[in-house]
Amino acid sequence: MTNATDTTYTYADLPGLMGLMTGDEKHGPAATSTLDVLWVLYDRVLRVSPERWDDPERDRFLLSKGHGPMAYYAVLAARGFVPVEWLPGFGSYDSPLGHHPDRTLVPGAEIGSGSLGHGLPIAVGTALGLRAQGLDEPRVWTLVGDAELDEGSNHEAIAFAGPAGLDRLHTVVVDNSSASHQRPGGIAARFEAAGWSALTVDGRDHEALYGAFTAPHPGRPHVVVARVEPKSA
Amino acid sequence: MDTMRDRFAPVVSRLLDEDPRVAVVLAEIGAAGFDEAARRHPDRVVNVGIREQLLVGAAAGLALTGLRPVVHTFASFLVERPFEQIKLDLGHQDAGAVLVSAAASFDWPAGGYTHMAPGDVALLDTLDGWTVHVPGHPDEAETLLRQAVAAGDDKVYVRLSLQANGRALPVDGERFRTVREGRSGVVVAVGPMLDAVLAAAEGLDVTVLYATTVRPFDGAALRRAVGAAGADVVLVEPYLAGTSTAAANDALHEVPHRVLGLGVGRRELRRYGQIEEHVAAHGLDARSLRERIGSFLGAGAAVAPA
Repeated sequence: MTNATDTTYTYADLPGLMGLMTGDEKHGPAATSTLDVLWVLYDRVLRVSPERWDDPERDRFLLSKGHGPMAYYAVLAARGFVPVEWLPGFGSYDSPLGHHPDRTLVPGAEIGSGSLGHGLPIAVGTALGLRAQGLDEPRVWTLVGDAELDEGSNHEAIAFAGPAGLDRLHTVVVDNSSASHQRPGGIAARFEAAGWSALTVDGRDHEALYGAFTAPHPGRPHVVVARVEPKSA
Repeated sequence: MDTMRDRFAPVVSRLLDEDPRVAVVLAEIGAAGFDEAARRHPDRVVNVGIREQLLVGAAAGLALTGLRPVVHTFASFLVERPFEQIKLDLGHQDAGAVLVSAAASFDWPAGGYTHMAPGDVALLDTLDGWTVHVPGHPDEAETLLRQAVAAGDDKVYVRLSLQANGRALPVDGERFRTVREGRSGVVVAVGPMLDAVLAAAEGLDVTVLYATTVRPFDGAALRRAVGAAGADVVLVEPYLAGTSTAAANDALHEVPHRVLGLGVGRRELRRYGQIEEHVAAHGLDARSLRERIGSFLGAGAAVAPA
């Protein structure tokens, strides 16, 4: 019997875990834009674990970009939230693991997503709710795609969170240049204009990601723009 | 008489004092009423600005941390504009909230169609698990607001309106109330429609049920009333005509029945003016209701003059 908590998975195991979902053994990291960001967050940044899943003091990670969740499920499996045995059923009728995650079905998933532009507003509310209850330790993270920022709901959240000084709120934008209409540097500029702290780094460089994720940003919410190879490349 | 909305901020401000789970989320509209409460509870009174997608999304986030969000703006901006947030951020996330709307179907006729939301309840009917309260008097609104906030993590919609009946009736947040009994038909009056329905029903031998909680629909009450008064049913609703017709049909599926759904018409009037003028234009004044109900029930429903 395999028990995820008996096994220590590393970054090198993620392609194999993803392969259980897709039937393709040869997944390189480039096969999914979010893999490195997710790994660095779950491996080194987020204070979450299956054992403290209901702990009010846990960090919250909200996957807003619910499309292509194989990397997310692979990381959740590697960290012991999701049994590895679930992965081959990906997308089937009886599987808890859909092509967009459902928080009521996936252990460790803070939100269900799929329709774009929902995670960041919910993350704002999560940050407000933690603050209102005096829970000062937990940090709130959300992952959005660069094209997802097309959705206006994000801009309602960005424009509010900066002036509100929601410094526990963190957004990581995985930028694979998939937005049809964009300008160079436009992503960070939009957050900065709203008063956010913003860093842009190589989204495949684990040390650079870790440094950006943990950079101080007193009094301001923080965005990390993680640039990866263009989707069309 | 004060309005239902006049009660909203004072009642919810008291609830903020009493219950540390309660949080209020606003999008500018109605924010002034919470100035004092915001000084006492700065982290539990949130005004997100004119951002209605964030209004509902942030409420969902608050709920996911264990709070009980009370969300308020005009019905058009609370239910229609951020409808996908209601469907996904609350429904799909399995998060609860109390949505409290103002302005109803045409509370501000001079404001025009942009500020009218006759379809709000019908829209919520496409979703699962919503409780819908439609108070007909400020006292009833106060009671139902308190019940809504106390309803665990339920999804509850409270529809406040300037339209109101002259006096309050006891409301329990669940059941229809029998206001009068007859033998030749049943009229269900929803919230602020009761006074006009009672005036219209003068001289008609009909049972009048008063509904202030319309979802879940009290099918048992309707079946009981029909058992004594016959299965000719008229629904008089202050929002889109026919909104509850399907619910009434479902309740009566085992008996032959007829249902007439009266309410606000779909057609855009493109008129300003006063509430009373819109009530009449939609055929919801007592005289029009009398004609429409009387014609539906036929001569048998008329009681001979004493």
